[in-house]
Amino acid sequence: MKITYDWLKDHLKTSAKEDKLLEKLTDIGLEVESIENLSEGLDSFKVAKIVKTEKHPNADRLKVCDVDVGNKVIKKVVCGAANAREGLITVYAPPGAIIPKNKTKLVVAKIRDVTSYGMLCSESELNLSDESDGITELSSSKYAKNIGKSYFSKPSSNLIDLSITPNRPDCLGVRGIARDLSAAGFGNLKPEKDKKIKSNKKQTLKVKITKEKNQGCLSFGSCLITNVKNTESPQWLKDKLISIGQKPISAIVDITNYVMIDINRPLHAYDADKIDRGIIVRNSKSGEEFTALDNKNYKLDDGMCVISDNKGVLGLGGIIGGTRSGTELDTKNVLLESAYFDPRSIRKTAKKLNIDTDAKFRFERGIDQLSIDAGLNKAAFLIKEICGGEVSKIDIQKIESYKNKVIKFETKTFEKITGFKISTKEMIIILEKLGFKLKKEKKFFKLSVPSWRPDIVQEIDIVEELVRISGYEKIKIENPIKERSKNTLNPTQKLFHFLQRAVASKGYLEAITWSFTDSKYNDHFKGDKKEIKIVNPISSELGVLRNSIFSNLVMYMSKNLDRGIKDLSIFEIGPIFYGSQPGAQNTVVCGLSAGKKSRLSWIEKERNIDVFDIKRDVTQTLVEAGYDSEKFYIDDESPSYYHPGKSGRVFLNKGKDNVAAYFGEIHPNIIKTLDIKTESLVGFEIFLDNLKLPKKPLKDQKTKYSVSDFQKSERDFAFIVDKKISVQDLVSVISNIDKNLISNIKVFDVYEGGNIPENQKSVAISVTIQSLEKTLTDNDLEKTNNLIIETVENITGAKIRS
Amino acid sequence: MSEIKNIRDQFMSKLEGDLSVDQINEIKTELFGKNGLISSKFKTIGSIPETDRKKFASDLNQAKDELQNLITSKISEIEGKKINEKLEKEKVDITLPERPFVRGKVHPVSQTIDEISSIFSEIGFSVEEGPDVENEYNNFTALNTPDNHPARDMHDTFYLDENKEVLLRTHTSPVQIRTMLKDKPPFKIIAPGRTYRSDSDQTHSPMFHQVEGLHIDTNINMGHLKGCLNYFIKEFFEVEKIKMRFRPSHFPFTEPSAEVDIGYEIKDGKIIIGEGDKWLEILGCGMVHPNVLKNVKVDPSKYQGYAFGIGIDRLAMLKYGINDLRAFFDCDYRWLNHFGFDPLDVPSNYRGLSR
Repeated sequence: MKITYDWLKDHLKTSAKEDKLLEKLTDIGLEVESIENLSEGLDSFKVAKIVKTEKHPNADRLKVCDVDVGNKVIKKVVCGAANAREGLITVYAPPGAIIPKNKTKLVVAKIRDVTSYGMLCSESELNLSDESDGITELSSSKYAKNIGKSYFSKPSSNLIDLSITPNRPDCLGVRGIARDLSAAGFGNLKPEKDKKIKSNKKQTLKVKITKEKNQGCLSFGSCLITNVKNTESPQWLKDKLISIGQKPISAIVDITNYVMIDINRPLHAYDADKIDRGIIVRNSKSGEEFTALDNKNYKLDDGMCVISDNKGVLGLGGIIGGTRSGTELDTKNVLLESAYFDPRSIRKTAKKLNIDTDAKFRFERGIDQLSIDAGLNKAAFLIKEICGGEVSKIDIQKIESYKNKVIKFETKTFEKITGFKISTKEMIIILEKLGFKLKKEKKFFKLSVPSWRPDIVQEIDIVEELVRISGYEKIKIENPIKERSKNTLNPTQKLFHFLQRAVASKGYLEAITWSFTDSKYNDHFKGDKKEIKIVNPISSELGVLRNSIFSNLVMYMSKNLDRGIKDLSIFEIGPIFYGSQPGAQNTVVCGLSAGKKSRLSWIEKERNIDVFDIKRDVTQTLVEAGYDSEKFYIDDESPSYYHPGKSGRVFLNKGKDNVAAYFGEIHPNIIKTLDIKTESLVGFEIFLDNLKLPKKPLKDQKTKYSVSDFQKSERDFAFIVDKKISVQDLVSVISNIDKNLISNIKVFDVYEGGNIPENQKSVAISVTIQSLEKTLTDNDLEKTNNLIIETVENITGAKIRS
Repeated sequence: MSEIKNIRDQFMSKLEGDLSVDQINEIKTELFGKNGLISSKFKTIGSIPETDRKKFASDLNQAKDELQNLITSKISEIEGKKINEKLEKEKVDITLPERPFVRGKVHPVSQTIDEISSIFSEIGFSVEEGPDVENEYNNFTALNTPDNHPARDMHDTFYLDENKEVLLRTHTSPVQIRTMLKDKPPFKIIAPGRTYRSDSDQTHSPMFHQVEGLHIDTNINMGHLKGCLNYFIKEFFEVEKIKMRFRPSHFPFTEPSAEVDIGYEIKDGKIIIGEGDKWLEILGCGMVHPNVLKNVKVDPSKYQGYAFGIGIDRLAMLKYGINDLRAFFDCDYRWLNHFGFDPLDVPSNYRGLSR
């Protein structure tokens, strides 16, 4: 909502400075978004006369004009306007002036080799109207004496742009803002002094609101003004509209706009002669069409509130009028509409047709139902004054009367909610100044809500009014008590934070990427999940929710590789989606690593990052998070976006519960298709929701401390075993032989080829044997030794290498 | 007697020469070997006359000790020299780089969430969460924002179905609804998380982060709200004093509502929080609307309290001097590395939010 202090003073008696006003507006909830000085520099625009025109030597369409800018100074100006002619009085902008329309600063410029000192301006360039065809033409009778003087009469006050919250339609009118300010002790609201129409003439155009379901128009007031002469608005009215950044059009239109802004009363003016036998306000029928004042053709659905005549739709009530019945400069008879439309109906229709107008903006927030008369009076009076004519009586049709709202307000509620006190007397002053009618009972007020406040319906709304006007700075700070009765994080949240930092500590940079992604990437990683489309995405590249974090990470990894980094690890912890219902999401920690280890190191041999690097990251992270790696079970069934031979999945237990993690090389086909330029790309996904949470807190997880100081013995074995037997199985067989004696198992060599038979491999294992109870004798060791060989051979079919 | 002295003097001076370990060992044998000069003198002790014997033995022992000590020290001197020579040869250029290491980082938004959680933990809030995909009821209707409400225009919503019933949450406020439906009052929670609006330009990202706060009890008023936020802002920005301004505003789900500005100034191109006369809006808050409480079956005549919503990314930008919101989600390794935090820098109450 744009206002000026000058306009505000039409309604508010005050002599306070503007900076105090700005402070007060923000303090009472009418936030000042910006202040703009529209008139700054406008005094340099001069009334000037073209004394001579010549054709431009190098351009057919341009003219070189000698312009009298006052005091016998002649300036040469190049001008392209067809109406630039000798004797024309127009508006001249000197170099240095800033053109209001496009805010560009004029400079002395050579236009096709002829130097132009300044510019002759069109009305459009001066933000006076939309007229951009030709330069401004000023009447010589009026302006001949003014040549050399400033064109803009007086500098207008600053343009104040307020951000009005949607609950405050009353402040979409200058008077409403003035009323709020007066309640807050900033000036006094001036009484309304509009004269009432005195007329004996009947309004002869019949108006009918049809009674039907969901009728969006509850009342329709009108008055007919005959024999008018529509004209340019007088200067005061033009100045007023220009001062808030609007362009004057014609007196009738300007007056309706003025009334709307002044008292938040939208009006519509029809050319009465274009209405075919009366107005019918009704619901539209599907397929009806009309051309609106924005020159667009709208096709209507069933049930939109339209103003129509016998020929059809004239306009959408409260939203936009139609071209067929619009007023023009030659309009003789005007029908003025002042109606009340239901906010929901307005919103529904405007949303469906995607129309946004000043009227719609106001009606959907709620217009004062009792302002119909005031609006008609104010506008009709001005039309008569400016355009002449005769005004009829006001006609009001309605299907529903306004119901006065009454609220019981217990005065103690104020302190209960705000924590501070104000006196009953103060409350009464504020509420009455805001327009409430008040009846004071012992413990409460009976409040009659002003008709311009649709937002006020219950007690809490009254508290808001009182605290807002008395000032939020009065709310006392109650310092919080440092006391905790509940854990801040639950076990899942703790695990989340732990995993996040555990992965980061392994050299991964944490990324946060959008939850939606490009289906082109997502298709590779969605697995068996269904695609979840966003109906109205920002762009088609962000059209689906991610089924996997890889969809984003792989793309960003590729971008980073293109930036020239060669070795990089990134990860993200966040949601992936498997359905479009709330909750159909999992939390995943997803990491991606590219390139080499020890690239260009003087001391270490460089190598491609590989699946066992990523396996370490996964395992170490899980171990750090408290899971026992001895119990982990790994197999090679992983989703298709991993390399089929170099990937696996991790279970926390051999019982094959839910998959705790996948890890592996990204499938070479994907790397190729997506053109990712790296020597190696490996990744992992840890599924937080599949990790069982520890049942016991850390303090109870520590078991009894027992270590053995008896001598330990390390024995090495080399088995030749079928390639298909996994090392995990081999190790598991050994560790199960005697958990008390076998304290550690290490795989120190795996070898294929050479003298090893095809489809077999040699696995070398070091086993640590140690007893908690005694020093083992050679005999004991020999026994265990033989048992290991025998058991492994029996169960796995392996052969010990001799 | 002078014989012992002679041997001693002779060999003492001999040992002072530039000798190798082998030569010293030879001398050692010559003196202390089976038939060494000193050894054989010891054998003669018995034949020394009684009167002289004591002195003889004493002199002999002294000479022996002196010689032996000198031999030992000579040997260790030579060996020490040898070792030093060896170590000198082993010397490396210690300025060569260490073996390669990698350093990971935690995203500034994650760090900020941990900081926020740590601060609110201290005053008794616990953390709640809700899903990113929400139904229209939890995101709007239950929050006193019915279908026809113009306030919905302020939220450019992503929808997952044509009927506009399922959407990506536009704020973290639906967690209020979920929490209050799930449990019984009192409530004292914060809910950080991802939020979405179909707005994308230089200062808007279609995904951003918010933290919701909710405190409902029998007697919680606007003074508590002000106190809580005053405490939070001071702790978060790690400043002694802050300038804070409560400004009336409107949100359908709170009444009275406020927007909170903090005072700042720009010094040498850097933003200084808590000083100066410029205002910066950082959050919205208010007393939970009775209609919202009714919607979640909490009796508004018994319970009341406040709620707030803060933009996390914005806080991180202010605190850590980050200019561009879009860069948060662009995953440029240079940015992540520059603005990220060491994973060991866990914000906590006892060690403070940051180093």
